[in-house]
Amino acid sequence: MADDKDVLRDVWFGRIPTSFTLYQDEITEREADPYYLLLPRVSYLTLVTDKVKKHFQKVMKQEDMGEMWLEYEGTSLKWHYPIGLLFDLHASNTALPWNITVHFQNFPEKDLLHCTSNYVIEAHFMSCIKEADVLKHKGQVINEMQKKDHKQLWMGLQNDKFDQFWAINRKLMEYSVEEGGFRYIPFRIYQTTSDRPFIQKLFRPVTAEGQTHTLGDLLKEMFPTAVTSDDGEKKYQVVIHGIEPMLETPLQWLFNISATRTISSTSVSFPCQQT
Amino acid sequence: MSSSLLWAVDVYGRVYTLSTAGQYWELCKDAHLEFKRLTSVQQCCWGIAGDHQVYLYMHCSDVPIRCQEETYENQRWNPVDRFCEKLLPSDRWQWSDVTGLKHQTLDSFRLPSEHWEWEADWYVDESIDGEPTEKGGWTYAIDFPATYTKDKKWNSCVRRRRWIRYRRYKSGDTWAKIPSQDDGPLPDPFNDISVGGWEITDEPRGRLSLWAVSLQGKVWCREGIHHHNPEGCVWTEVMTPGEVVQISCGPSDLVWAVLWEGQLLVREGISRENPKGSSWVVVDSPSTEVGASHVAVGINVVWAVTKDRKVWFRRGVNSHNPCGTGWIGMVGEMVMVNVGLNDQVWGISCEDRAVYIRQGVTSSELSGKTWKAIVVARDDNRSHSESANSLVSAGCFFSGEVRVQSQSSVMNDTESSSETERSQTAQSTSPTHADAMKRRIPKVTSDSFISELVSDKERKPGRDGRDDQEEGAPLEQDQKSVPQETSIELLSQSSGQLGARESQWSNVDLEEAQTPLTAAASDTTETSSLSSVATYNLEEQYGVDEHPLWAWVCGGGCAVDSHTHLNWFNTSTGVSSSVQSMSLSITPAQTAAWRKRIFEQLSERSKRELENFRHYEQVIEQSVWVKKGIMQWWRDWKPNKWIDVQFALEQFSGSDSNRDGILFIYYTFNDEKKYLHAFINEITILVPVLNDTKHAFAVYTPERTKQRWPIRLAAATEQEMHDWLALLNLSCCDSRGIHGPPSKQAIWSTTCKGDIYVCEPAPNLEAVPYPLPCDQMFWRQIGGHLRLVESNGLGIVWGIGYDHTAWVCTGGYGGGFSQGLASSTDNIHTQTDVKSVYIHENQRWNPVTGYSSRGLPTDRYMWSNVSGLQECTKASTKPPSPQWTWVSDWCIDYNISGGTDMEGWQYAADFPATYHGYKKMKDFVRRRRWARKCKITTTGPWLEVPPIALWDLTILPCSSQSSVEEVSLWGISNKGDVLCRIGVTRQSPAGTSWLHIGTDQPFKSISIGGGYQMWAIARDGSTFYRGSVSAENPAGDCWYHIPSPPRQKLKQVSVGRTSVYAVDENGNLWYRQGLTPSYPQGSSWEHISNNVRKVSVGPLDQVWIIADKVQGSHSLSCGTVCHRVGVQPMEPKGHSWDYGIGGGWEHITIRGNSQEAPRIVMPVPAESALEKSGCVAEEGGGDGGRTASNSSVLGGKEEELNGNAVSC
Repeated sequence: MADDKDVLRDVWFGRIPTSFTLYQDEITEREADPYYLLLPRVSYLTLVTDKVKKHFQKVMKQEDMGEMWLEYEGTSLKWHYPIGLLFDLHASNTALPWNITVHFQNFPEKDLLHCTSNYVIEAHFMSCIKEADVLKHKGQVINEMQKKDHKQLWMGLQNDKFDQFWAINRKLMEYSVEEGGFRYIPFRIYQTTSDRPFIQKLFRPVTAEGQTHTLGDLLKEMFPTAVTSDDGEKKYQVVIHGIEPMLETPLQWLFNISATRTISSTSVSFPCQQT
Repeated sequence: MSSSLLWAVDVYGRVYTLSTAGQYWELCKDAHLEFKRLTSVQQCCWGIAGDHQVYLYMHCSDVPIRCQEETYENQRWNPVDRFCEKLLPSDRWQWSDVTGLKHQTLDSFRLPSEHWEWEADWYVDESIDGEPTEKGGWTYAIDFPATYTKDKKWNSCVRRRRWIRYRRYKSGDTWAKIPSQDDGPLPDPFNDISVGGWEITDEPRGRLSLWAVSLQGKVWCREGIHHHNPEGCVWTEVMTPGEVVQISCGPSDLVWAVLWEGQLLVREGISRENPKGSSWVVVDSPSTEVGASHVAVGINVVWAVTKDRKVWFRRGVNSHNPCGTGWIGMVGEMVMVNVGLNDQVWGISCEDRAVYIRQGVTSSELSGKTWKAIVVARDDNRSHSESANSLVSAGCFFSGEVRVQSQSSVMNDTESSSETERSQTAQSTSPTHADAMKRRIPKVTSDSFISELVSDKERKPGRDGRDDQEEGAPLEQDQKSVPQETSIELLSQSSGQLGARESQWSNVDLEEAQTPLTAAASDTTETSSLSSVATYNLEEQYGVDEHPLWAWVCGGGCAVDSHTHLNWFNTSTGVSSSVQSMSLSITPAQTAAWRKRIFEQLSERSKRELENFRHYEQVIEQSVWVKKGIMQWWRDWKPNKWIDVQFALEQFSGSDSNRDGILFIYYTFNDEKKYLHAFINEITILVPVLNDTKHAFAVYTPERTKQRWPIRLAAATEQEMHDWLALLNLSCCDSRGIHGPPSKQAIWSTTCKGDIYVCEPAPNLEAVPYPLPCDQMFWRQIGGHLRLVESNGLGIVWGIGYDHTAWVCTGGYGGGFSQGLASSTDNIHTQTDVKSVYIHENQRWNPVTGYSSRGLPTDRYMWSNVSGLQECTKASTKPPSPQWTWVSDWCIDYNISGGTDMEGWQYAADFPATYHGYKKMKDFVRRRRWARKCKITTTGPWLEVPPIALWDLTILPCSSQSSVEEVSLWGISNKGDVLCRIGVTRQSPAGTSWLHIGTDQPFKSISIGGGYQMWAIARDGSTFYRGSVSAENPAGDCWYHIPSPPRQKLKQVSVGRTSVYAVDENGNLWYRQGLTPSYPQGSSWEHISNNVRKVSVGPLDQVWIIADKVQGSHSLSCGTVCHRVGVQPMEPKGHSWDYGIGGGWEHITIRGNSQEAPRIVMPVPAESALEKSGCVAEEGGGDGGRTASNSSVLGGKEEELNGNAVSC
């Protein structure tokens, strides 16, 4: 059987084929062709859409170009969510490629944060990493790291360097065997149907008695309706990295393999969709 | 780690053991005996039973205790009868011992006790001095006594032959009564007993001191206990100044006793020569008012208990001052204390009669920190055979019981006296008492999740009684009747299912056992989960609240230290079960479902999201990544020295994640900036050269290998070095596309530093006539520390550590420094190894003071290494690298060739010379060797195969497609026993147990080749072929003695498909000629080469060696991997050597590689590429190191022996 390490690669090298189309009301000098790109699931939109911007620059006047923002079927896409999450959340059951509409006007101030430069993303990314590590190791690991290690994490993500990223990230993923896992599993549950941005609570990877918690355990506690309902019919789809793991999957293991998500927020995120 | 046992006796005299790996007190077999006292060491336990007799419990081993008896048959020639038993009146007995002084006929030999049995009948030894004799085994001489030879000459007037018979100790794993003494003063009944003293001397092997105290207060010592005589021979009295009540003997030279009046006695003068000691010294009781009642000693500690139950620690005890200096009162009140291995302390508390372990006892803090109670349940009825491994049977009756028991446990009458209950338990018909503790039992099966949710809320108190044969009827009278009926129905259902399907480990799911009960549900899914309940006993028969009362504890054989992880302190079973569930959850069968699903889904996802969109542009196309650092570099030119350099690794990667890189070393030379570079894809090996001064590593390319001069770099810290090594390793592996575990074909090698390397053989590695040059082989490091590794084509890989521990490869990769990415997540375990560091103490004789440490000005250092060139004092000598830590103190080493005197000295006329173990007239100098053990703890894909320590091993070579079921694996124990491993298969490479093969002398090397040809070499150099080994008869039937090459003693043998090669003690490589299927022993040895250390012959008869003194263009290399070129079916000896990586290589095995090279038909066999040479290098160790094979030696350069990475 394949090794867990192969999963890390699979997760990291996950790509979503995307077509970027300019919003119809944007003012162009000539008709703009759609732009096609493979987006890394673990990255952030604003980090990977320079090419998109350049593409549309060719057909637009500089003064017509405000801050670029992206929208999918009426939903403005939050740049501070990882790309994979956005896709799973909003578009997972649609045909590929993912059709994203590109806007340069009318920035939706109430929905989106401004992202003026990569530093903003980096700051957001690092704060997510830190938040996760506080949950995992009381923040000890991240605080003991040097500035250059932080930089390497970020550069690894920015340049899509798996090894560079993991050379540092593995330190963040260590835990003692005796404890059976981290202090708390950093996770966020995102729902398509909820107004709340996400569910985030403290949850240990093992029970007080030392048994491993599974994905099912977590959901049962955080979001009971996602697991069972009265008529036994499955109403929700639990998606992580574009797949639906079995509820019996131990949480710690799931986190170990999906840990590239530390990038995005606090790792495991569950877009739950009503079926 | 192999487990060891803590022994204890409860207040009813029943003996229990607790394994360091276990979580239960197990009732000792032979439970009919009641014991008062126990004293244990690792191999055995002695006890005084209720009948005041002494009993011995020897732990069984795969290697039996066997003793050789021998006697000589002597004959004299006369002209009438020729050789006959008629001897001259002045001659020796016709049957005698070796000296001829003692008359001993064959039938005069008696077994020493009823615990022994004869192995076979008497037979004649047909060898002399490692050489086979004629049939009949006679050896000839001119007269008695004289030198005997195997050849009959004209003047041979007498002859003799040796008869051998073996007896075997048969009473293993049971209490064997020590026969009471027939002669001499018969000791009155014993009252106390204590064993120890194994560290005083290892001559004879396994020697123990056993001290005993009789009811009258006399002290006795048991004589002659050692490995081959576990029972000892006789009790001798040791006079004491008073009546003794209790005695304690430590592992080394401490013996303390308690007098009736309350003072303590200390034995003085215990030494190698006089293990009983010479005199007693009285030490006062710790407290002036209250006398001592109990004492316990270790290596450097003494603990005592006074009559008021107070515990005391003796300060300042060591072997120079066995009396110590003063008492320190400790917290806690104990009935007794016991000191075990590593000076760990055990006690039984007055208050609750529980067994306590002293926490935090380390060599620097011998008194420890706190007492901690051992809280584990007892398991009275479970016998060893029924434990976890007898799955099906255990599962069968277990599954039936569970619910009923859990019902009964709720109801059970907790107030019934424990005594009655125990007797009930003993009968094993009545259900045992269960605690009312809430417990959780691991659940692992995937389909259990939902039902777990149902049952989770209302989890009932635990159940127990896996051992009860019946359904618990006797205790069910006062139970709720409703669930009982249901459960019985379920029971029949489930046992019916069990019959149909096998109960499997992977289905273990104890949690669900409760589901039918608690939810009172009887649907089939749940019942079937019930049927899978089995096999792992997590129940307690005695709850923690009803805890046992202990009377005696002994940790003398219990190998724990302050770091050992023990599962003994669980106040609820929950904790213990969690350990189980964690470990279970990593077994492939358990994880299969969800894990496989994720794997499948991910690849589906990739397919779905990428398949049709590969033409889309990537966000990040290609990039360069540079990592820089400051290092030191051992510069190439003279004078060689470490200089500061800038170090950079540039990596480029394309969108397809292919990558490559270059290593740059920027240095300044004469104020001019220069650089040196190496392409990552040209690097063949990275070798850490950690020593106590530099955190260095060496980088080799094919060119550097030819030069025998690597790029040597040193990082500032060990961590930095490891980071760089991990990164470089990863880059190298990536650039060559090597990922994951080593293949089954892989070539394994080890260095003298214990580092393990593996090479994926290229298909053209054995190509004829153009094989892949050896120096281009890429080696990557695998975690762990081993002396040798052996493998075969089925991927079965075993290794042996420097401490002779056997390890089996788990199939993982990584470990050591390559954590994280380059390492598999499962299958990596902690590995430890221990080796000794030696220094020499040198002295010179002068007329005034005799031998003293004042030498001549020209002399070597008075404390030095073996060569005398380097000063090595006790204080200044450090462990080999920061990875090693000292685990013992300096002690004199008596086991040196040449022998020593009683103080370990060896004498010689002058330094340096050959040393001998006794003083002669002209000996002006002497030396002795001190040894200190150090230990490394690392990680790697290795699991220990306890308990037998190995010297050598061999695995049957097979091709990777081979359908062989059980693979032959043979080992030689570090004591020289020949062992055959049973049950080694692809699925369970560790096998199950050893089968001991009787031999007349200890062995040292063994090899099994194609067609089950097996060859072995004994320690005396005699060579044997084992007959009739086959798949059906894996142990073979008898040994055929093969004559050695003239005047040479062989030391190692390797057997390939048909070729047999051997190496002798002088480094010559020999090829066995004339082997045919009908005569597999062959006819003679042919010399192939010299300067050979080790040989490995592969399944295709390929020949690889470790050679010494291989000359490179810059330097000379010891311990070099060499490949015999030109080996073909019709030319099995090949024609020349090709040289690979070197500089401290110790071992190689080619025996996994069964890939035939693609056959290329070449018009002309080209020999020009490789020099034809019969010897590896330097002929006869002579002039300048130039040989025919070293045509590329640079004339003007001076050779440097230490030019290589790992010097040895």
